[in-house]
Amino acid sequence: MERAVNSNDSDRYYFRFSLGQRYLHGLVIVTFLGLAATGMTLRFSERGWAKWLAEAMGGFTAILSLHKLCAVLISAGFLYHIGAILFRAMIKKERGLFLGPYSMTPQPKDALDLFAMLRWFLWMGPRPQFDHFAYWEKFDYWAVFWGMAIIGMTGYMMWFGPFFARYVPGYLLNIALLIHGEEALLAVWFIFIVHFFNSHLRPEEFPLDQVIFTGRVSAGDYQHERPLDYSRLGESGALETLRADPPPRWLENFSRVIAVVAVGVGFSLLVLTVISFWAE
Amino acid sequence: MAQGSWRMVSSGRMAGGLGRIACAIAAMMLCAVAMGHAAAATKAAVTPAATTKAAAATKAAAATKVTATTPAAATTKTPTDKDCLGCHNLKASAKLQARPVSVYVNAEIYEPSIHAKQGCVSCHTDIRSFPHPDPVTPVSCAGCHAKETSAYAISVHATAEREKKSRFPACLNCHGNPHGLRAKSDPKSRVYPLNLPRTCGTCHGNPEIAKKYGFPDVYGLYMDSIHGFALTSDGLLVAATCASCHGAHDVLSRKDPKSRTFPRNVPATCGGCHAGVQTDYLAGAHGTAMIAGRPNAPVCTNCHTAHQIAQVEGANWQLKTVATCGNCHKARLQSYHDTFHGQVTQLGFVATARCWSCHGSHLILRASNPKSKVAPANLPATCGKCHKGVTASFVSYEPHPNPHDRRQNPGLYYTALFMNLLLSAVFLFFGLHTALWLARSSMGGSRGDDNGASGEQ
Repeated sequence: MERAVNSNDSDRYYFRFSLGQRYLHGLVIVTFLGLAATGMTLRFSERGWAKWLAEAMGGFTAILSLHKLCAVLISAGFLYHIGAILFRAMIKKERGLFLGPYSMTPQPKDALDLFAMLRWFLWMGPRPQFDHFAYWEKFDYWAVFWGMAIIGMTGYMMWFGPFFARYVPGYLLNIALLIHGEEALLAVWFIFIVHFFNSHLRPEEFPLDQVIFTGRVSAGDYQHERPLDYSRLGESGALETLRADPPPRWLENFSRVIAVVAVGVGFSLLVLTVISFWAE
Repeated sequence: MAQGSWRMVSSGRMAGGLGRIACAIAAMMLCAVAMGHAAAATKAAVTPAATTKAAAATKAAAATKVTATTPAAATTKTPTDKDCLGCHNLKASAKLQARPVSVYVNAEIYEPSIHAKQGCVSCHTDIRSFPHPDPVTPVSCAGCHAKETSAYAISVHATAEREKKSRFPACLNCHGNPHGLRAKSDPKSRVYPLNLPRTCGTCHGNPEIAKKYGFPDVYGLYMDSIHGFALTSDGLLVAATCASCHGAHDVLSRKDPKSRTFPRNVPATCGGCHAGVQTDYLAGAHGTAMIAGRPNAPVCTNCHTAHQIAQVEGANWQLKTVATCGNCHKARLQSYHDTFHGQVTQLGFVATARCWSCHGSHLILRASNPKSKVAPANLPATCGKCHKGVTASFVSYEPHPNPHDRRQNPGLYYTALFMNLLLSAVFLFFGLHTALWLARSSMGGSRGDDNGASGEQ
C-alpha cells in the first residue's frame, strides 16, 4: 500500500480501531458470510445453485445448524457491543459517546458532508473534510445495527415459533419470514456492493483498506481521509497517545487473505442472488 | 384371424347338442395361429364353408395315405397317450422332423403338465383311431376354456389383431408350449404371478415392439416399482402383477369405460388390494369429485402413476409428489414455496411439512368439513405433529401466504409493500452514490485531485 504523502508520514502509524473492535468486525465477517450463504440458499431454494450449495454444505440439517450457530454468535457480538456501549456510557461515564465527532449518532455535519460529497461527485465543489467517522461509515454502522435487530428478532421468532405465538398471533410468523428474507437481501446486497466499494474497492482504497484488520492507520492516510480529526488530535496532543508500531507483515498478509475470501464469497453470492432475483 | 371365426366359437358353444365334432371344427381356428399350426392351416380355412371342405379333404387323404409308420398295428380303438407318444416322443425321427411344423412332443414336459390328465385326444379331438388323419385339425382351446376365450375375444389383444390385421398374442403366446402347460399356481407356469411380468414383458418390455404398435414400454417401470420389488426381491405372491390391474384374458384399453384401468374404475381396481385406502379416497374430496363425474378429479394413478409406483416413504417420491399436487393446485404450490416448508422441500430435503403432512393423503377433506385435518378446530393437533407446544394462536399462521392478496393478510401485504419500497430506495440512492463516486474517483485520479475542478481546498 503506497499511501504515503511523504516518507515521514508512511513510518508513523496511529491506532484507529481497538483489538476488541477488530475482533468484533472479524466475527461479523465470518458469521455474516455464514448466514448469507445458508440463508440465501433457502431464500432461492428453487434455483439449481441453491440445491447444489445445500448439498455441498452437508444437507438441510447442516444448513439450519450452521445458520443458527452463526445467528447465536452474531447475536452474542451484538449484545456484547450494546453492553460495551452501555458500560462506557453509564459506568465509565465516557463523554461524547452519543454526540460529537466520536459518536456514531448522525448529526447535521453528516447531512452537510453528504450534500458536499454529491457536489464533489459532480465536479461542483471541493471534497468535504471528514471527521473521525464519515457519513457512509455511520450509515454502514446503522444499517448493520438495524439489520441485526430486525433480522435477528424475526429469526428468533421463527426459531421459537410456538413460543412466540403464545403472545402474538401466528400470522406474524408469515410477516417475520418476509421481513427476515427481504431485510437479509438488503443487507447482503448492501454489504457486498456498497460497503465493499465505499470502504475497500473505490479507487482511493483499492483493493483493500487494511485499517479494520491491522487497527493502524498511517499518518498520511489519517491526515488525508480525516483531516478534521487529525488536526484536532494533533493540537490537543492526544494523537501521540495513539502512536502505533507499523503493522507487522503477517497481519497485513492475514488481512489480505481475509479480504480475498470475503470478497470472493460475497461477490459469488451477490451475482447468484441478483440473477435469481431478476429471474423470479 | 377373421371376425367370422369368433362368432362361430360362440355359436358352437351355445349349440352344445349339435355334436362334438361339429363344435370342435367350428372352434378350432381360435388358437390356430398360436399353436404353430398356422402354416399347416390354409388361409381358406377361415370361412365355415372352407373349413368343412378342408376337413373333408383331410379325411379323404387319411383314408388313402398312412403316414404314421410305427410298429403299432392299425386299429379303430381311440389311441391312448402312450400310443401317441410312441411316435411323437421320438425327437430324432426324420419323418417327424421333415414336416413343415414339428409334431415332436417331449414326454418329459408333457407328462407333468396339467393337460396330461386329459389325454392327447381331448384336445386333438379329430383323432379317433390309428392311423389318424394328416394333417390333423388345429386344436381349439375354446372347447374347454370357453369363458377365457370369450373374455379374450373382447380384449385389446384380440381386437387389435382384428383391427390392425397383424399377429397379436393369443392363448399360447402367454401360456407357452401347449404340451407343457402348467396350472397358474405352478411356479413353472409362464403365468404364475412371479413369472407373469416377464411374460407380458416379452412385448411390453421390448422398445421396438412398443414403438411399432404404439404402446408404452412399461415393463422396466413396473420392475422398478414397489409392486415390482415386492415381486422380484421378496417373491410376494400378493404383490400386484400385470393381471392384477389389467385382468388376464379381458385386458381392455384404459380408454374403454369397461376397462379396469379406465380412470373412473381405477380406485376399485387398486382397492382390490388397498381396500382401506379406497374407502378413505372415496370419502375424500378427490373421491367425491370423481364420483360426481368431475373430469379432472384425480384417481390413484394421477398421484402414484400407473406403473412406476414408488414407495411413498422414499425421498424421491416425497419430493416429486409436491409438484404432482401442484399440477392442479397451482396457486397453492406457489404460495407453499414462499414458506419455510416449501423452501426446504425445494432444496431437496424431506425434514419438513409437505401437502399431505397437513391435508392427509387419501382422506383429503375441505377445511370447511369439521373432520378435515385442516379444519380450524383440528389445526392445533395437525401443526402439533411437528411443532411442540402449539397453541390456538399459533395456527393463525398462513401456510399458503400470498403477499399480493391484501384481504388474506393485510399485515403481510403492507409489509411486503414497505420492504419493496425500502429496498428500492436504499439501492436507488446508494447505487447512484456508488456509481458517481466511482466515476469521480476514476476521472479525478485516486487522491491527488481530490478537490473540485477549481482546485481550491
